[in-house]
This record gives sequence, C-alpha cells and structure tokens, in this order.
Amino acid sequence: MIAKQTNQKAWFMVLPVFLVVAFSAVIPLMTVVNYSVQDTFGNNVFTWVGMDWFKDLIHSERFHAAFLKQLMFSGIILLIEVPLGIMIALAMPKKGWGVPVCLISMALPLLIPWNVVGTIWQIFGRVDIGLLGHSLASLGFDYNYTQDPIAAWITLIIMDVWHWTSLVVLLCYAGLCSIPEAYYQAAKIDGASRWSVFRYIQLPKMQRVLLIAILLRFMDSFMIYTEPFVITGGGPGNSTTFMSIDLVKLAIGQFDLGPAAAMSLVYFLVILLLCWVFYTVMSNIGEESSNGGK
Amino acid sequence: MNFNWMAWTAPTASFFGIIFCLLVIMTIWELKCPGGGPRIGILRFETTRGDRLFVSLLGSAFIHIFWLALFPGLSLYWALVFSCIYALAVFRWV
Repeated sequence: MIAKQTNQKAWFMVLPVFLVVAFSAVIPLMTVVNYSVQDTFGNNVFTWVGMDWFKDLIHSERFHAAFLKQLMFSGIILLIEVPLGIMIALAMPKKGWGVPVCLISMALPLLIPWNVVGTIWQIFGRVDIGLLGHSLASLGFDYNYTQDPIAAWITLIIMDVWHWTSLVVLLCYAGLCSIPEAYYQAAKIDGASRWSVFRYIQLPKMQRVLLIAILLRFMDSFMIYTEPFVITGGGPGNSTTFMSIDLVKLAIGQFDLGPAAAMSLVYFLVILLLCWVFYTVMSNIGEESSNGGK
Repeated sequence: MNFNWMAWTAPTASFFGIIFCLLVIMTIWELKCPGGGPRIGILRFETTRGDRLFVSLLGSAFIHIFWLALFPGLSLYWALVFSCIYALAVFRWV
C-alpha cells in the first residue's frame, strides 16, 4: 500500500496573495462597514447612527432610480453584446491571413483606456464637431446626447458595444477554435444543418467561455463609471446617473461618507448575489450538458 | 499601529469577530472531515459546506436589508433570529 504524501508548501505560495487581498480589499471593506453605521464631519471624528443610513437608502427614490437604470443598462448590454459577439466569432476565418487581421482589429478597442473611450465618443457624438452627431443632424435626425435622455442612452450603449463586444468575440473565438475538426466532419456525414451544427456542437463547446464572457460583461457594465461620467456626467438631468455615478457624487461630491458607505455595501451585495446566481446557473447548465453528452 | 482611521466600533468589531470565528470553525470542520461534504440539496445542484456558509451569509445580509425595508419600526434582532433559522435550514437542506 502506498502512503499518500501531502505537500503543504502551496499554502506558503498563497500567503502573498492573501496578504495583498487583505491589504487592498478586505481592510478597505471593513472600513466601509465601519463608516456605514456612523456619521462624520471630518477630522476622523465619528458618531454612531446605527442602521439609519441603510433605512434612508432603502427608502430613497434616488437610489431606486439609479439601481433600475444600472440594471437596465447591464441587461441591454448583455442582450446586444453576447449574441453579436457569437455571430462575429462564427463569421471570423479559422485559417489564413485573415485570422491575425481579425484578431488585431478585435483587440484594438480593448486596448484603449476607458476615459479615452469616453472622450472619443463624447467628441464623436457632438452635433457641432463630431462625425456621428453632425452626420445624424445632417440627415435630419434630432440627435443631441446632451439634451435628449434617449440619445444619451443610445450613445452610451453603442459606445459600450463598440468597446466590449470584442471581448465576447475573442472568448467565443477561442472556444470555437478548440472544437476538433472531426466534430464538423461527423456533422457533415450526418447531413446536419448549419443551425444544428451551431446548436449541438458549437454552442455547447462555447458554454464555458460564454459563462466567463457573461460574468465579466455583467460585472463591468454593472460597475461602469468612467465612460458615462466622461460622456454625459450622469445627465441630461439624472437620466444616465447609474449607481456608480451616484455613489461617487455622494462620497466625493457631497462627502457623505456614511450614506455612501451604506450604498457601497448594498451595491456590493447585489453584485455578489447576481454573480453567484449567474455563475451557479451557468456552471450547472454546463455540467448538465457535459453529463448528457457522455 | 494606530487603527483609528478605520473608525472601529464595538458592534462592527463583534460582527467581523463572529465572521472570523465562523471561518475558523469551518477550517476545523474541514480538517476533521476533509472534502467539503458535497451533496445535492433542494436547489438540485451540488454544494459544499463552504457554499452553504456563503449562501447563509449572503442570504442573511439580504434578510436584514429587507427587514429594514419592510419593518423599519421593529427591532433588527428579529432579522437576526430569522437569519439564524435560515442558516440552519441552508446547512440542513441545501
């Protein structure tokens, strides 16, 4: 009988990561929890207020509106970017000179810093000097993202689709490239339609990467701040004031650390819950399909 | 080291102390019975006892938030009682 040897050295390898996470995430989060039950007027002097900030927040119409807008933005983003990303990945060449050209073109928007993307689209959409805004105005469309909430929303959504669909494309393309040629040959022999190939070969093989893509896009879009801040600043009115923008206004603009901390915690809990639900549902779908395929 | 900047209070310190104790208990439990005790419960997917602790803590946080929203006049200790019952149910059936 062979004695099972266990090597505990891995714990020491994990220790630096643990310390970094503690320093950069756990301790700040603890501080936020401490702030959320207190009020301060500066000089590190705090007054206990209990759950008052949470009560105010939960009954605040401003918070409800920001939360709904954030949820709607993430929903629209996912509904557009995921199918579009899959379609582009399916259309991309699998060999030849077109592969590097497509990959580099797809990767380019991902390399641009978020504030630069915001600035590009802010100028691009302007009616006086922007190519998009000026062209739409010339064609007779009443487009002005600084005055019209719908135009502001459309600009933000198109900007996000332009910036981040590439991520979904690249992940899906990696999933598609991992499918052995034999699968396609078998489908051809069986006379499978294009839709059947997609439904029973390509989609199941992309499921893992799609899970990552959906999670990443959901988390990023639910926490989006820089681009809408640069393009619309939360306006016109409060039409694009998402939770992140509202939170920054509260914490830095108004210096209401207590209410801002309470809002941060609720924001954090919602993200945690939705990510857990997404991850659990998607990974179970993946396991069921792989078990079914065995 | 001075931790005044973290604005500690006795209730928040107890809150984190309890979470830390829960993690220690879970570690001891894991050392005694390795493997995480995976099983398929009422949610129809496999969970380990770490998953159950996570679901319990997250659910408890939302129970407290909904309690504040629905019964602002009632004591939050009732939400704590419901959270404990909820956590026991999660560890028993999920």
